[in-house]
Amino acid sequence: MEKEMTLQRGGPAQRYAGKLLLRNEIPLDENTFQQMLSAKLFTPVPSITRKKFRYHCRRCGNQERKLFADIPCQLCHKTHVYCRNCIEMGRVMECKSLYYWSGNKPVWPVHENPCTWEGELTRLQQLAAERMMEALKGKEKELLIWAVCGAGKTEMLYPGITEALKLGMRICIASPRADVVRELKPRLQHAFESVSVEALYGGSTDKEGTAQLIIATTHQLLRYKEAFDLLIIDEIDAFPFHADPSLPFAARRAKKSPSTTIYLTATPRKQQQILLRRKKLPHIFVPVRYHGHPLPVPQMKMTFSLKKDLRKNMPPAAFISWIGQRKNPGRQLLIFVPAISMAENLLHPIADVLLQEKVIEDRKKVDAVHAADPDRKDKVLKFRAKELTVIITTTILERGVTFPSVDVAIFDAGHEVFEEAALVQIAGRAGRSADDPTGEVIFFHDGKTEAMVKAIHAIKQMNKLGGRL
Amino acid sequence: MHCLWCYEEIIPNLNWQNIFTLFKPRSLCEPCEVRLSKLVGSRCRRCSRMSAVRICKDCEWWEKRLGGDVLTCNHSIYAYNDFMQDVIAKWKYRGDYQLGQIFKQPLIDAFSSLFVNKEVVIVPVPLSEERTLERGFNQAKVLADFLPDSSMEVLKRVHGEKQSKKSRNERIFTNNPFILTRPIEKPVLLVDDIYTTGTTIRHAAGLLRKHGTPKVYSFTLIRG
Repeated sequence: MEKEMTLQRGGPAQRYAGKLLLRNEIPLDENTFQQMLSAKLFTPVPSITRKKFRYHCRRCGNQERKLFADIPCQLCHKTHVYCRNCIEMGRVMECKSLYYWSGNKPVWPVHENPCTWEGELTRLQQLAAERMMEALKGKEKELLIWAVCGAGKTEMLYPGITEALKLGMRICIASPRADVVRELKPRLQHAFESVSVEALYGGSTDKEGTAQLIIATTHQLLRYKEAFDLLIIDEIDAFPFHADPSLPFAARRAKKSPSTTIYLTATPRKQQQILLRRKKLPHIFVPVRYHGHPLPVPQMKMTFSLKKDLRKNMPPAAFISWIGQRKNPGRQLLIFVPAISMAENLLHPIADVLLQEKVIEDRKKVDAVHAADPDRKDKVLKFRAKELTVIITTTILERGVTFPSVDVAIFDAGHEVFEEAALVQIAGRAGRSADDPTGEVIFFHDGKTEAMVKAIHAIKQMNKLGGRL
Repeated sequence: MHCLWCYEEIIPNLNWQNIFTLFKPRSLCEPCEVRLSKLVGSRCRRCSRMSAVRICKDCEWWEKRLGGDVLTCNHSIYAYNDFMQDVIAKWKYRGDYQLGQIFKQPLIDAFSSLFVNKEVVIVPVPLSEERTLERGFNQAKVLADFLPDSSMEVLKRVHGEKQSKKSRNERIFTNNPFILTRPIEKPVLLVDDIYTTGTTIRHAAGLLRKHGTPKVYSFTLIRG
């Protein structure tokens, strides 16, 4: 028994502290659980409360009537309310409680020299890293790191994380996207070899969430309560973090008090920009990529027949003429489209065009990927391994993923899914490596939109700021 | 009104055809509804799958194996596709009870055109007690309760492994998991959510037939 306890990383305190769980998420037999409950090691809280005419889900913060529904309960033989908003994390019902650990506080290991990363930071990255350490030591509540795409955000975090580990803190890096979580796990495990690292996302193999350093999708934060001393939220401007109010709610609850929250973004939203300007949110700005070259500025290419071409499942005419005269045809090509159906329908016509233009010599070098694609992981890996030359994608590859040498084309850049932040992010996929720091970014459109103009303006602005430093 | 799947608000189209009548409440919005694929065209008379021949190969196999099929015929409404898989997963496994409402109207419509004057006794295919407690509801019972006639729970199921976790062969050659609590001497309509290999339905049907039920039909939401 005792041996088992140590295997579970230091016993129940380590395992359950900082979480807010349903009974079926606590893998203990009923007897043990009841004993622990009466010993006040677990404290129950109601999962759904009623306030006058409203319901309130205590796990995800949902208060919208349309996201609650009725279910007849097999145990109480009554009809109960359940929350539909967080149902993917297991059903929360009125008659069931949520439990949090109220036993002894867990002690996380203090690491003397945890960082096994051997790279070096640039001067600007160093500045940002120092600012973050200052925030940690000064127990500042919040800090926004505004760094352009390809500035090397992850590496900038290493000194801060090192500092936190030296203080025996528990750390979480949360990202809205599972792809990013998957990519970060090996990098961080490699940079902090002696530290327990876990990656949590829907369907992940890590499930316990008991490591000192947790990398998780923002949804997974719904299972935590007062758990982290340092919470790093990646891409705060990205969907679904800014659109789903339950995620900021979960992030607020997941941190201890006192604690430090670091926000990362390349494209702050209006609301954050206002806070920055009013000096309500401390921040540090990193306007240069780690290799010191400016961001590639997108070009706009007008195609009158765009909608007609796309309706006929053909790539836009201007794309066909551009593909023949790329500056560096050796680069891989990322093609962004606004809809899943378009990614699938365009696959064969694009393959035909590319074969004709001799960009590829085999059909198998092109593939399409989207959020609902079961092989999404493999296809991205294949593109990274250069087994694919061209990938057609929806906005899922818009951020967080790095390919060293690519050109980027956007079909129908005027479509409403391509908002300003998305366009800046997509443009930021090009020129990521020091060996090939430029790359072409082309917006194919049939009429300029404000988002396109603003995105290009923002990129130029950042290049200007970067040039001055 | 909000779509049960995507939560978007459903705004009914107003036109000259419907301006003087009440709107039928909808559970899914138009874009979500078209993602469900209904079974149409020529189908197997026995199991309802889309097929050019009258009786499909699977059903012929059953006929031979059982020496005359215990199931008179199955009727399904939908084909299985990725979207349906997501809906069923959220409904059954995540336990989003309310999603069942999506199928209420199509089920009533199909029932009243096919089975209403056959004077059948409706019997939902049961879950084991353990599974019912775990999920909180039996999806087949939910579907049966949507129908205008009342149902009788005369079958019980012994707890075993989930059907969806087994391979085709394992499913076909498992022992009968059902127990009959009361024989029925009238035609029976079994109700379940999905017909995949047809084993579950035939286990139940075989048991009923052995105890004096003259004919067994089945009504399943999906032909997998």
